[in-house]
Amino acid sequence: MKKILLMGNPNVGKSVIFSRLTGVGVIASNYPGTTVEFSKGSMGSGEQKVVVIDVPGTYSLNPTSPAEKVAVEMLDKAIEEKDSIVISIIDATNLERNLNLTLQMLKKDIPMIIVLNLWDEAKHIGISIDIEKLERILGVAVIPTVAITGEGIKELVNRLDKAKKGQYQYEDKERWHEIGNIIAEVQLIKHKHHTIGERLGDLTVHPWTGIPIAIVILFLVFQLIRFIGEGLIGYVFEPIFENLWSPIMMALSQLLGGQGIIHNILIGQLIEGEIDFGQSFGLLTTGLFVPIAAVLPYIVAFYLVLSFLEDSGYLPRLAVLLDKIMHSVGLHGMAIVPMLLGLGCNVPGALGTRVLETKRERFIAATLMAIAIPCMAQIAMIFGLIGKYGARGLFPVFGTLFVVWFFFGILMNLVIKGESPEIFTEIPPYRLPYFGALLKKVFMRIKWFLKEAIPFVLLGVFIVNILYALRIIDFFGRIAAPVITNILGLPLEAVGALIIGFLRKDLAVGMLLPLGLSLKQLIIASVVLTMYFPCVATFAILLKELGIIDMIKAAIIMIVSSFLVGALLNLII
Amino acid sequence: MAHIDLTQMGAGQSGKVISMQGGRGMMAKLEALGIRPGVEITKVSGQIMRGPVIVRVGNTQVAIGFGMARRVIVAVEV
Repeated sequence: MKKILLMGNPNVGKSVIFSRLTGVGVIASNYPGTTVEFSKGSMGSGEQKVVVIDVPGTYSLNPTSPAEKVAVEMLDKAIEEKDSIVISIIDATNLERNLNLTLQMLKKDIPMIIVLNLWDEAKHIGISIDIEKLERILGVAVIPTVAITGEGIKELVNRLDKAKKGQYQYEDKERWHEIGNIIAEVQLIKHKHHTIGERLGDLTVHPWTGIPIAIVILFLVFQLIRFIGEGLIGYVFEPIFENLWSPIMMALSQLLGGQGIIHNILIGQLIEGEIDFGQSFGLLTTGLFVPIAAVLPYIVAFYLVLSFLEDSGYLPRLAVLLDKIMHSVGLHGMAIVPMLLGLGCNVPGALGTRVLETKRERFIAATLMAIAIPCMAQIAMIFGLIGKYGARGLFPVFGTLFVVWFFFGILMNLVIKGESPEIFTEIPPYRLPYFGALLKKVFMRIKWFLKEAIPFVLLGVFIVNILYALRIIDFFGRIAAPVITNILGLPLEAVGALIIGFLRKDLAVGMLLPLGLSLKQLIIASVVLTMYFPCVATFAILLKELGIIDMIKAAIIMIVSSFLVGALLNLII
Repeated sequence: MAHIDLTQMGAGQSGKVISMQGGRGMMAKLEALGIRPGVEITKVSGQIMRGPVIVRVGNTQVAIGFGMARRVIVAVEV
């Protein structure tokens, strides 16, 4: 046996079983040619090492989404390769619906073993299943498990080599009928009434109670993310860079003679004889500091909290509540995921557009997120810059961005061809997440982010350095200057901030501070800085996610709209 | 017994699915989540302004967009 595929419906605890079976060295990757993510790990050791694959959840082998298509392809590939087995994971509380997939897989030429997960929950709600009878009918081993506590996992591992091809014969047309017969044979349901937990759960999806609850939850979520993110930056990453990395870089700077082209590329400019990780712009200074010390802490915080919302079952409920609003911009409720992520950092926001099925939806979501959603670091700087004016200063900035989000969303929905699918999603019961699996997921996502983002940020810093050295940036600055001064009403020095904004938006906002701008100018500059272009890290990810042509389209929308909005603000304020 | 669609049901009301009027893709999606002619279905809630409908089938809750929900016909007690 070389490979084990874990297959089953979404929300059956597949990834918890995956995390129980596999050790360290788990990786998340994309299925070739798609944006569908899956995890891969291994169990056993040495000669006996077996690859374990957490196949994307699917409801049937007749795929209705890209993720389901990938699942089917993975199964077909495993059948071709031989020497693989499938663990079919069934939610014991939903035997009937889950058997649909299992019965389809039993017709395939691959050994199988069945896991009845959530066994405790099934017992709890009054469902009993005759395991021996089910084994006899289907002709394969059936093992009850409670993945969260680890119950049954050992037995599963011990019986893996007992996996065999099923013997159950049936006509495809009669599948649901056959399932009905099996259910009648093996399952007994004692009817139980709604529990208090379920009633409370229902309150979160009723519109009149659900929306206020959602507002409270989102508020708490952002507080928590800021707390974790700022804590990591202030107490872990910044001290490491300032106290450990800075002396090494200073030594290198001296070694290189403090100037010259190599010095400028690696270290950048010294600010008052010191390295300033925000402003020096060298590959090894700003290039490393930005992704690691400024973005990574928020990524960690965000993925922790988001994974919790995901695994607890709240996210699909939030999507349902917001579905209608999202429809006005050509998206459906699930598009709330990239928008929420973008508020923390646009990089995971851009990655989050993957939850959407069609190219059209991903384009709209990515463009809206990049154009109208400032990241947490930038929000903090805007508060620092104009917070002292109170609502008089903050409301025009965030109100404008809110209007921009709707306006350009509705516009794109009208102009871009094609339709967006409606929401259709299972709403799993609320469950307490299993922290082992949750941490594993967070860890995999972070590792993946580092692998994808750091090379691109380094490349971005490198290119800006070259452009700077060749005076190309100066040239663009001089061309753009009349536009910025005449149309936006900003002083010439703001050109510098706009250029820096490509690297770090929050830093660019900070650069406005010493310019002595009026409130009107501050409002315009803050809005334009948010809208005109994504920062280099987001740009790199968007380029990968959208492809070069769509990225150019998105960039044109951003540049044109930011100047239109800026000019309009200049006229009306 | 009266035949109405999912959006017309009241929260908490139950019925039996009679038919689904849609293409093969939509049928396959609904069926995969256990919504097919003959099954018992209970509406959990609807959203304001033609938002999605949430239903319970067996032990599964499913959110269905308004347009799709309108094409699922259910027989209910009057």
